[in-house]
Amino acid sequence: MDILEKLKASELKGRGGGAFSTALKWELVKKAKGKNKYVICNASEGEPNVFKDKYILDNYLPDVINGINLAVDFIKAKDAYIYLNKNYNLKGSVGKCIVFKKTSGYIGGEETAAVEAIEGKRAEPRIKPPFLTEVGLFNCPTLMNNVETFYYVSKIDKGEYNKTRFYSINGDVSNEGVYELPIDMPIFDILKQTGNYPDFDFFAQVGGGASGEIMLPQELKVPAFGAGSITIYNKKTTDIYALMEKWAEFFHTGNCDKCTPCREGAFRIYEMIKNRDINYEVLDDIFFNLKKSSFCALGRSIPLPFESLIKKVK
Amino acid sequence: MKIKINNKEFDCKKGEVILDVALRNGIKIPAVCRHSDLEPQNSCRLCLIEIKGKGIYTSCSTKVENGMEVTTESAEIKRLRRVNLELLFAQHIEQCNECNWSYKCRLLKLAKNYNIKITKFNDRKKGFPTHQFGPSIIFDSSKCIDCKNCIAMCQKQGVGFLEIKQKDGFFCTVSNKEKECVYCGQCITHCPSGAFEEVSSIKEVENVLKKGNVIFQFAPAIRSSIGEEFGLPYGSITTGKLVTALKKLGAKKVFDVSFSADITTIEEGKELIERLSKNKNLPMFTSCCPSWVRYVEVYRPELIKHLTSVRSPHIILGGLIKMSEDNPIVVSIMPCTSKKYEVTREELMIDGVKPVDYVLTTREIGRMIRKNKIDFDQLEESELDYPWGEPTGAGVIYGASGGVMESALRTVYQKMTGKRLKDINLKAVRGLKGVKEAEIEIGKRKVKVAIINGLGNIEGFDYKKYDYIEVMACPGGCIGGGGQPIPINNEIRKKRAESLYNIDKKKKIRQAHENPFVEKAYKEYLNNKKIIHKICHTTYGNNKNK
Repeated sequence: MDILEKLKASELKGRGGGAFSTALKWELVKKAKGKNKYVICNASEGEPNVFKDKYILDNYLPDVINGINLAVDFIKAKDAYIYLNKNYNLKGSVGKCIVFKKTSGYIGGEETAAVEAIEGKRAEPRIKPPFLTEVGLFNCPTLMNNVETFYYVSKIDKGEYNKTRFYSINGDVSNEGVYELPIDMPIFDILKQTGNYPDFDFFAQVGGGASGEIMLPQELKVPAFGAGSITIYNKKTTDIYALMEKWAEFFHTGNCDKCTPCREGAFRIYEMIKNRDINYEVLDDIFFNLKKSSFCALGRSIPLPFESLIKKVK
Repeated sequence: MKIKINNKEFDCKKGEVILDVALRNGIKIPAVCRHSDLEPQNSCRLCLIEIKGKGIYTSCSTKVENGMEVTTESAEIKRLRRVNLELLFAQHIEQCNECNWSYKCRLLKLAKNYNIKITKFNDRKKGFPTHQFGPSIIFDSSKCIDCKNCIAMCQKQGVGFLEIKQKDGFFCTVSNKEKECVYCGQCITHCPSGAFEEVSSIKEVENVLKKGNVIFQFAPAIRSSIGEEFGLPYGSITTGKLVTALKKLGAKKVFDVSFSADITTIEEGKELIERLSKNKNLPMFTSCCPSWVRYVEVYRPELIKHLTSVRSPHIILGGLIKMSEDNPIVVSIMPCTSKKYEVTREELMIDGVKPVDYVLTTREIGRMIRKNKIDFDQLEESELDYPWGEPTGAGVIYGASGGVMESALRTVYQKMTGKRLKDINLKAVRGLKGVKEAEIEIGKRKVKVAIINGLGNIEGFDYKKYDYIEVMACPGGCIGGGGQPIPINNEIRKKRAESLYNIDKKKKIRQAHENPFVEKAYKEYLNNKKIIHKICHTTYGNNKNK
């Protein structure tokens, strides 16, 4: 069985947050026509409370590199890049991979923005279509996967994949850390098994420490999603305005400022929350425009944490 | 291919964007940051439409697909446009009275149509700085709506002076301190919010007009664009009305720079013939465009020796006016922001006197005429003043890309062969293509020429293959200049240029060397080599850091 067949059988989905079928993505790049082809390992991990890619790079670098090499062989790539969070350091050999340190903020993790950055331009998302699989780095078909995805590609190739994923768990917990557990394990069970289920009233942020959704204890019977992070907040001791201010500042300073709703909207959200002077009608207007008229998926995802927090906790 | 917009079917071509199909068919979609010269910026998020089964998209960047069903108006779209407009106004400090867009402002029109409160948010750019680039351009960052059109255009011009920098949580438009602006002013004509404008000389000109000795001279390209400042159709020719308006403003005399364009042609022709005969410093480049000259001096000094030494037409006429009139103040009306810089070049002084005292752009003179409540459209037509009246066709076409070349070739052919060109309409050098080339047999010599408009096209251009090259910094040449009325696009450029060629076609005298006023000028003023050199020629290379 070749690697594509193995990937298909594994049903592996991208672990960067988008959950796109890995086999399908590989197939698309394989079929795409281009003078050269490229592989990019997205190791930019830029959201607060998400640190599983760092953990994998620190502990399992050879497997990640092996996954990248499998991709290079499969699509016959000219080069492979590791697009690395500027605070991360790789301890070990990366083979022929070219390490490119990300210098931009949160937006630099968006896949097309990452490609722009590697090309030496400003990290700003491109319009899609065309998708990277057709027109990517240096206008060539490009395969971009997350660190964790490449790790599991290697595991799948070796027949060692047991349908697990990595969870970053932190916040008001006793056993902060990264845990490898089944992909379909309910969040409730994950917290129990890792000894992190709180004995106080709490809420959780799942899928990303800024863009993740806020979930209440009774909602935790589902598996985790997005980038697989679970952050626990003590309901009594958490200042939800301070929390929202942190998110708002993160989005306002980490976005690319390309489009009006995200550039101006994220700023106004930050301004209102920082001043603790929230006009909910205005906030609702801005959320509406972010969701419906932002240029990229990062802008469209900004309202989720705020709306779920306001609805469920406030 | 067909798509449906608001339940009506329209033909379209593969690769077109929805916005273009809609606008072509008279369906209005607000699009503020879209400029047809540039790739879509996708910034303002006002041109939103809904595609059935898919959702909300920006029409400026979404390509048509066969059978697509598009809605351009709905309650949801209206709400989205309203909120994005409010957010745009939240970052834009309105200074409507002094703005280049003034009554043409699309943002203000939209605010009215969508009934939004433009002061809903506090102005986040209050107190943002104003930057001045040389004697030509002002950038008021408090008016900027961050669409980045200026940066894209500056890059397209091959200059890259404007760039993005992160400051206090925002990415802002700034100038690159390592680079030099060439003052072409394309940032001004591509800015949808009036953040870029010329350094105004209106006040100074108003002051000197009181003294009664002001002589106006206007560039060839003004006659087919100034009408736009008063709502006339694109390409309207209003030479006579312009003369009347300038007289009403208090001008003592009004001259047409098309006249001295003929002198430029003759001098440049002589120089070309000499260089061809000696095969020295070929190709020869034109130098009428001060942005091009500055670009060469700053970025491509190895080309300096290729520039013709001939002065640009309004500098030559300015010199002649200073020689022939009694203590005149010379004001040039130019389609150009770079001419404001050109007149500060010290080596152009004649015995310590500046040939031109002030430069106004087409937009500035438009504003002055409006300010004086002169009903431009209703004006009688007046004749140009003597001794430098009635221009030739050759002088008029200087305003369009390829015009200098065409005029020069008409004259050079005559001078080298003693015969008139069979067909003086050199169509190959006309038009809006960024790079044009032609080969013309003059006697035994095949002269290879090229015409470049849009400064970015010079990058990587293999100039060594040619004998003579015209370069204009602005797309379309001076008719598309940085001082011209806004908006601008290729349709408008085409109409402005066509009008100039129509004037040329109808003129009895269409060649520079046949201009009787030119003959008079050489007889009475330019009658020895020393004076010709003083009035008509210059040097380069000393202005790098101005």
